[in-house]
Amino acid sequence: MPWKVLIVEDSRASRELIAATIEAIDGVRAFCTGSGFEALKLLPRHRFDLIITDINMPDINGLELINFVKKNPNYRDTPLIVITTEGREQDRQKGLALGAAEYLIKPFEPEQIAELTRRYLRIA
Amino acid sequence: MSTPSKGLSEFVAEATEILDTLAQDLLTLDERRGEDVDPDLLNGIFRAAHSLKGLAGMFGQDRVAQLAHRSEDLLDRLRLGKVELGPAALDGLIATIDVFQALLAESARGEASPEVTQRSQALADHLLRLAEGAPRAPEDPLAGIGLDPGVRAVLTEYEEHRLRENLKKGLSLWKVRAAFDLSDFDQRLQEVNAKLKPLGEVISTLPSAEPGAGTGIAFDLLFGTRRSEDELRAAVAAMPVALQRIAQAAPPSTASAPPPQGEAAAAPARPERRKRKRGTSRATGTPPIPERSGPAEPALEAAEPTLPAVDEESAALAPVTPLPTRTPPVTPKPELDASLRSLTQTVRVDIRRLDALMNAVGELLLTRANLQRLAETARMGGVHAISKLWAQELHRETRQLERKLDELQKGILDVRMVPLGQVFDKLARLVRRIARSAGKEIDFVITGGEVELDKLIVEELSDPLMHIIRNAIDHGVEPPEVRVQNGKPRRATIALRALQQGNHVVIEIQDDGPGIDLARVREVAIARGLITAVQADEMSVRELQNLIFLPGFSTARSVSQLSGRGVGLDVVKTNIANLSGIIDLHSTPGQGTLLSITLPLTLAIIRALVVSVSGRTYAVPLNSVLEILSVESSEIRTIERREVVTLRGQTLPFVRLCRLFGLPEVPLKRHYVVVVGLAQERLGIAVDELVGQQDIVTKPLGGRLQHVRGISGATDLGNRRTVLVLDVGALVEEVLAPERRADFI
Repeated sequence: MPWKVLIVEDSRASRELIAATIEAIDGVRAFCTGSGFEALKLLPRHRFDLIITDINMPDINGLELINFVKKNPNYRDTPLIVITTEGREQDRQKGLALGAAEYLIKPFEPEQIAELTRRYLRIA
Repeated sequence: MSTPSKGLSEFVAEATEILDTLAQDLLTLDERRGEDVDPDLLNGIFRAAHSLKGLAGMFGQDRVAQLAHRSEDLLDRLRLGKVELGPAALDGLIATIDVFQALLAESARGEASPEVTQRSQALADHLLRLAEGAPRAPEDPLAGIGLDPGVRAVLTEYEEHRLRENLKKGLSLWKVRAAFDLSDFDQRLQEVNAKLKPLGEVISTLPSAEPGAGTGIAFDLLFGTRRSEDELRAAVAAMPVALQRIAQAAPPSTASAPPPQGEAAAAPARPERRKRKRGTSRATGTPPIPERSGPAEPALEAAEPTLPAVDEESAALAPVTPLPTRTPPVTPKPELDASLRSLTQTVRVDIRRLDALMNAVGELLLTRANLQRLAETARMGGVHAISKLWAQELHRETRQLERKLDELQKGILDVRMVPLGQVFDKLARLVRRIARSAGKEIDFVITGGEVELDKLIVEELSDPLMHIIRNAIDHGVEPPEVRVQNGKPRRATIALRALQQGNHVVIEIQDDGPGIDLARVREVAIARGLITAVQADEMSVRELQNLIFLPGFSTARSVSQLSGRGVGLDVVKTNIANLSGIIDLHSTPGQGTLLSITLPLTLAIIRALVVSVSGRTYAVPLNSVLEILSVESSEIRTIERREVVTLRGQTLPFVRLCRLFGLPEVPLKRHYVVVVGLAQERLGIAVDELVGQQDIVTKPLGGRLQHVRGISGATDLGNRRTVLVLDVGALVEEVLAPERRADFI
């Protein structure tokens, strides 16, 4: 069984870069979507081991997604990493308060996201 | 020059898309100066700048990232109401578009020139000053209301700001709980949004954390409105929603969700969502951000025109041939779940791949022609019944193949088509800027931006259109005072129109200026030695007008910043001719000038007229053919040692193809004259016989034959006979201006 990672990010290029980065790790499979709505639809269909999300999205915002995941008994144990250009301190605090494990501000080093992915998937 | 990596080209492609949206929305904002600002529109622009920053950061494009960062900062303060949106801020933001384009153009080439870096830096500093200027006094009406802390915890700072703005305006705030089935909630939610939007502003869409009953999901929409409760209830009457007014110290929502409704009509959700994302929808009942003059600011010199200059290479007359087939490296992407496909309905395709496909179709068309010939031969010559049957079958198959090919060809052509609006929007920005710096007042009216043309043609059109419009602003529009004196409206109008006519697209540029000053054109042409006074006296109005297309012609009394850049309408002529386009010029003194360009929809597969001369066959691209005449030998006259015929009272230059190519002449009483047009020129070409019409794919001639003038390439007519394709442009030039070309074979 591969580890399933959901990537929610509305920039296609960013999404594909993140996916390529983490799929380079053995046994990791990335599921990508550009919208929060699509993410809400995917959550019940797969058991994700990790969620990586942006904050600014066209339909629901990333904070709302974190809230949804963390308040739902089915998903609340899934670790959640925020990757955003949103350097706003208030939003960062809210994200972490809602239960995000990490809050990364772009630009990030691919190695950084690979390392966090390994850490939260507990891959040695 | 380093070769940009695949990642980099992806960056440039996505950044360009973002930039297009940004530019379009900024223009909309600009058009609505003085009106209430639509918060969705402003937020859409902010999001675009924000995305661009993130994207550039990820790809290490620091210059783009930095400018996007400053734009985003300014936009953020604008949308949060910390800085007011005045002309200075708007101009600053609009100026970024060109700088971004210059930066991206360099990124695509893997370059970074100090000039562009410096411009970008200057503009970034300017934006920083704008963002710091004129802060508003902060107040927090949110403190007063007891909003559910669970709701407030998930609002971004921007959403909180919108909430405050709504409260400040005394709007009532509602929590709209909507429950749907998981399978189609996005569509249903769009339907609810569509009902709510006209009444107010949807501030946030919070998916409820309460686990739905199995396959359900509920949302809490935060909604601000001026409307009464009755109006609101009426609007959402048929929807599976519950309304709750958020009063002061309101307790956490306990409203139970109504059951999901499965049978409501589905609305197309995707365009709606895209619309919202792009921020083009307008909310009513939302608080305005008042227009006010910005603080005094230093003059912004970064706003120089930056559309790429026409380079000599692309301006040189080159036969239009399909690009050589090159398959770009394709790295297979890991296959994801089918449902995870991109949400956008547009496909970005590398044009080289399309060219390869197009070539394949071209080959298939040849196969079709071969099959047709086989079928025809078998049907005519077959004596045995069995072979006749076979021939019939083959014939039927050929018909089938033909139909399929037509479909394939049409499908591929469609993929290549892009709307002209892409170029028109760029031109709108240019007009706005140039008009301002020239002190002219101009309404730029665009119609037909939705008309589609082959991507390659659209790309090649931007330079010539830019030159034509610069010319129109420079020469075709009088200063406001002069216009008033002449009894014209103070503001001039330049119209840019596109319309499709069969297999052609006509683009018209019309001004309501003084028209072309023929006396002055004559004077300049003689002064520049382009024509003699005697020649000028013999010229018709049309011929005089066409002098403006000659190289080295410019009537601007002084070299202006606008048109006088050493490249004139001759470059336009060459560019349009390279696209097999035809230019028509109509000018009425005192009333204005209309320039119309007729272009083929595509250049990849062209329809050709097959003609024969002295027993040899040639193909003439039908795009350039205006009409075909039958002319008696006696109707041919000679003026100044050149043959001409008269066509509807006009003198038409005439050339016998056999003489031009040095072929033995067949004595004929009647000649077929193929009237060709290229750019503004017209020429009659006499041939012996008209064979028919056929779709052809022109292949370039190799080796020594490559530079033979008058021939643009070769094509296979299907009967395994290779024939030469005439280069109409070169022929026209050869016949009409032989003194400029002595190297004809």
